[in-house]
Amino acid sequence: MQRITQRIVPKHPLAVRWFHWVNFPLLLVMIWSGLLIYWAYDPYRINIGGYPLVSFFPDAFYQYFRLHHRLAEGMSWHFVFMWLFVLNGVLYVGYTLFSGEWRYLLPNRHSWREAWRVTLHDLGLRKELPPARKFNGAQRLAYTAVIGMGLGSLLTGLAIYKPTQLAGLTGLLGGYQTARLLHFALTIGYVLFFIIHLLQVIRAGWNNFRAMVAGFEVVTEKEAPSAVEPPHQV
Amino acid sequence: MMMEKKPAAADRPDAPGNQDREINSAVRRRTLKSFLWFGAASLVPVGVWRWVRAQPPEEGLPRPFRRVLDANAALTQALVGPARLVPTFPVSKAVRQPRVNGSIGLPDDNFDVSAWKLRVENATSPGRRPTVREFTLDDLKALPRTELVFEFKCIEGWSQIQHWGGAKFSDFAAKYGLGTRSGKGPDLNHPGDLMPYVGMRTPDGAYYVGLDMPSALHPQTLLCYELNGVPLPPPHGAPLRLVIPVKYGVKSLKRIGTLQFSDTRPPDYWAERGYDYSVGL
Repeated sequence: MQRITQRIVPKHPLAVRWFHWVNFPLLLVMIWSGLLIYWAYDPYRINIGGYPLVSFFPDAFYQYFRLHHRLAEGMSWHFVFMWLFVLNGVLYVGYTLFSGEWRYLLPNRHSWREAWRVTLHDLGLRKELPPARKFNGAQRLAYTAVIGMGLGSLLTGLAIYKPTQLAGLTGLLGGYQTARLLHFALTIGYVLFFIIHLLQVIRAGWNNFRAMVAGFEVVTEKEAPSAVEPPHQV
Repeated sequence: MMMEKKPAAADRPDAPGNQDREINSAVRRRTLKSFLWFGAASLVPVGVWRWVRAQPPEEGLPRPFRRVLDANAALTQALVGPARLVPTFPVSKAVRQPRVNGSIGLPDDNFDVSAWKLRVENATSPGRRPTVREFTLDDLKALPRTELVFEFKCIEGWSQIQHWGGAKFSDFAAKYGLGTRSGKGPDLNHPGDLMPYVGMRTPDGAYYVGLDMPSALHPQTLLCYELNGVPLPPPHGAPLRLVIPVKYGVKSLKRIGTLQFSDTRPPDYWAERGYDYSVGL
């Protein structure tokens, strides 16, 4: 006879939850103030065959979010909060390295194949469930890539913040205007990341979301009453 | 939200149902506690936002922001120093029609270039009347002519490779012994003798900038009378303008009327409107 038991299993350490949630308002301020800066010179478009597909950004966008004529304000917020944004990122990376948490986060040789399967499953093209580990291959890739993007934002940001003092870096990144474009593109990348992240969190449900706030998950297991298996997911 | 299950035999104390209830209440307790903390913590960014907005403005910025921007400038100056050169380009890369992006201090009033003189004030000690000297365009043209092709960077975000010609500010100061207490040529190795700031303003006083002396004495800081090899056109600041590549373009004042060395930070048009004072690149 089988019975169903529930257990409280720790999932995300307090430090990781802290860095995650502190990053949210910091990144929000960086993107908002970045848009105040970008407004003053906003040449970026995506053209397909000479036809403008996307314009960054239409006037209505600036109007709706009140992003126009606020360059000085944007620069001040950006160059104050950059410190906190970078500090939080450095502490997070330092923590994952020091605590060994990186083992769950860095992609390994199986991650690409697994990420592909997860993607197919999430798109409804594959029945088989993703592996019930802390982070599957798709998550490992995404959460590592977004840290790489953070580093990219820092470097491209420095390149356009001090293009004379850091002329070598600016040159390495393709010059002043290229670095500015990359800095902008990374921001669009965060927004896309955020949208997918949000959809996946909604899809994964309450238990998963609660783990990012409270740190634990409730794990349901079917087991024979006589043989209690040791936990295999911590 | 909790997982609900029907207990198999709820009458025994160790029955799965009782166990589930225990776990459920632990889950509920820990969830509630965590989310209360989470809710309280999410008030912090709201508080920070309100606190910043409530700060008394200092030249158009909340005071703590002004402090951080000044500290950023001091830090980057200290880390890199003023000697780093701006990358230069061959003349062929320069644009033919450099962008005109501001006319504050350049009223359309048939400004008489031939009557123009550069007024230099050395406020050597506070309270004392500054010593005043005047220079003509020929005085500046007598100095070694220096050309510079560099990527001009506007604080708005655009940039252009432009070709300027004129006299190095440092040559001008050295030749006439300006910007020092002793009246000798300025020397960055003798900061005690050096006036720490130089301010510039247009003849009508409508536009004005302040510069730290190390940036003003940077070897690529020019007092320009040429653009693309021809005399400076009026919209670009005829007869003489500043081009200071280690700063955003807002500092490159057009049509310099007065140049004043001082011990205190000179007023700066855009810094008064909420921009960083240094705007160093």
